[in-house]
Amino acid sequence: MAGTLLKLENVGKRFGAVAALRDVSLEVMADELLVVLGPTGAGKTTLLRTIAGLEAPDNGRVLMAGADVTDRSPADRDVALVFQDFSLYPNWTVRRNLEFPLKAPGRNMTAGQIAERVEWAAELLKITPLLDRRSQRLSGGEMQRVAIGRAIVRRPRLFLMDEPLTNLDAKLREVLRVELVCLRRELQTPMVYVTHDQVEALSMGDRIIVLSEGAILQTGRPEDIYRRPSAPVVARQLGQPGINLINVSRSGRFWVSEIGVPVAPLRSDEAESEHMILGVRPEDIAATGGTHTGTVRMVENTGPAKILLVEWAGCEIHIIVPATDQVSPGDVIHPRIDPDGMLLWPKDGPLLDSPKA
Amino acid sequence: MTFLDMQGIGKTFPDGTEAVRGIDLSVGEGEFIVLLGPSGCGKTTTLRMVAGLELPSIGRIMMGGADVTRLRPSQRDVGFVFQFYALYPHLNVRANIAFPLESIGVPRRERNSRVAEVARAMGIEPLLKRYPRQLSGGDQQRVSLARAVVRRPRIYLMDEPLGTLDADQRLELREFIRRRQQEMKVATIYVTHDQEEAMGLADRVVVMRNGLIRQAGSPAEVYNDPLDLFVAGFVGSPGMNFIHGTLRRHDNALVFEPEGADASIPIHSETPPGDVTLGIRPEYVFSDPDGPIEGSVVLDEYQGGFRSVHVDTGFSHNLVMRAPADDRHATGQRLRLNLNHRHTRFFNRQTGRKL
Repeated sequence: MAGTLLKLENVGKRFGAVAALRDVSLEVMADELLVVLGPTGAGKTTLLRTIAGLEAPDNGRVLMAGADVTDRSPADRDVALVFQDFSLYPNWTVRRNLEFPLKAPGRNMTAGQIAERVEWAAELLKITPLLDRRSQRLSGGEMQRVAIGRAIVRRPRLFLMDEPLTNLDAKLREVLRVELVCLRRELQTPMVYVTHDQVEALSMGDRIIVLSEGAILQTGRPEDIYRRPSAPVVARQLGQPGINLINVSRSGRFWVSEIGVPVAPLRSDEAESEHMILGVRPEDIAATGGTHTGTVRMVENTGPAKILLVEWAGCEIHIIVPATDQVSPGDVIHPRIDPDGMLLWPKDGPLLDSPKA
Repeated sequence: MTFLDMQGIGKTFPDGTEAVRGIDLSVGEGEFIVLLGPSGCGKTTTLRMVAGLELPSIGRIMMGGADVTRLRPSQRDVGFVFQFYALYPHLNVRANIAFPLESIGVPRRERNSRVAEVARAMGIEPLLKRYPRQLSGGDQQRVSLARAVVRRPRIYLMDEPLGTLDADQRLELREFIRRRQQEMKVATIYVTHDQEEAMGLADRVVVMRNGLIRQAGSPAEVYNDPLDLFVAGFVGSPGMNFIHGTLRRHDNALVFEPEGADASIPIHSETPPGDVTLGIRPEYVFSDPDGPIEGSVVLDEYQGGFRSVHVDTGFSHNLVMRAPADDRHATGQRLRLNLNHRHTRFFNRQTGRKL
């Protein structure tokens, strides 16, 4: 990844009493897909609009390829935005929708060049057979392909995607997400991709930024964020089902749950605090091998695996087991936490212990 | 025992659209049915006919042995939850949840205790005095669910009730719905396009496409033994891998020769030789230095607990392999793969039906 294309320095933005962005600093490399992950209201869209030039930050700077573009218009920044709601011209044909960005004043492209570029984009997105159809006659998936086509057709310096797959069926999302990553790699154009969907974040991102209430909580490779989340609030945003969080206290050689059941042995290197939050992913708990019993409350079959909801140590935890395991509600099992997958945080504070990534 | 029986119901709209083209489906007492399919498959129209919000063009709907096809929604005693929470804006949360009880004349004391019980189960007790406009989307959806489950109708009908929520809330509410339904033992029909939700919730998954049922079975059945290519591809994330090719008998053994690639894969199957589509789930594709399939990695999708590795093999489709989370693959990396023969499935190339 050669060089930085985009840089944000301490960008802040308020809407009345609400701080939408607080001192956000980030970099986007020249050939990477950066995912911005956060729940509704985290400031993701404001961040994207600030990068695009549709919002002016109250403080801080936006730099592109080293040049300060904070005061430049959206057109000057040469970025392409794709929204959740497609926003095509419904009465126009697909071809006309794709041509439109190329006919903007100052582009000076010949009709031949425009036609060539439209064909190129249509082929990449497999929408060539749709070119002469009116966009209102397209399915949701086709519309979003056209919207992406309209973004790539002028070969911008940077793609900005605002939850582009959210309004599509789950199955279609799965297919388009793969295509988008491959397309971006082929074009070697950086992309900032905003989503609240943790599956998209993990699978698409070269790096992920976790945003909450307008501030960046953690930045890193998907593997780092998933295995070494800096705080419970980050940990909770990733994983399906989510991470198990258990309030524990030190007691002898064990961490014990709130009702005094030992859930994991103490390791030599962790001793500071009495009361901690223990985090463990559902795939890092075995259904057997533990010392204390748990009762299976629910079993969800997901295909390759089963998700168990288990009452254990005074809490409810999720455990993932292979689909071949025969488990039914009411069964008694012996959960055991894999020490390598165990995370510990002080009740409020940063990650104290770190398993291998 | 059958509670609800759809007998050949179909719906053609005035503009000629055939939304549902003849559905036979029985729902048992206390059974949880999920109608699963892409947009436009007819699942919502089917639900609306059961609710009484649409009149079927053909067929009959029986509930508890009585024909309800032409009854109004209010005469059917159904509990309906929509994707978009329709709360009364001028009533606070408590009054919204209590409303269905009030309208059937439940005395105040019992109303209060039932509202309190549901609110506790759903973790919305602190919200009871607020008004809908003061709630987040997720909380509004919780309240709308609470209002639906506070009373015990004869059947619950749910149309993508979790569609607008963030992922972590979706799982939590999914478990709530399932638990509540198991406690109350009320028959439920739930509509979704999300196969994961369907697999997690259903006693029986009913996969629909183009207004027809393609398969109805337990989550394990539709996953392990799909009746056609559509079901095989739609269920599972990602769906089943497909490879077009030919099954040949070779020295008394069966081999599969994929189209467009020079490979010969030994097969253990009773399927007769011929042109077929081979199907195999990503978890039954594995890395094997002596495997008969060669390819290069197109994409490695990290998924937290595992990876989906997409491999270009020169076959009709890329092969997706489910790999351990710590087994990272670089784009372009060459791989040899094998298939777990016990889990190959074969489909008719023309009809897509299971062989």
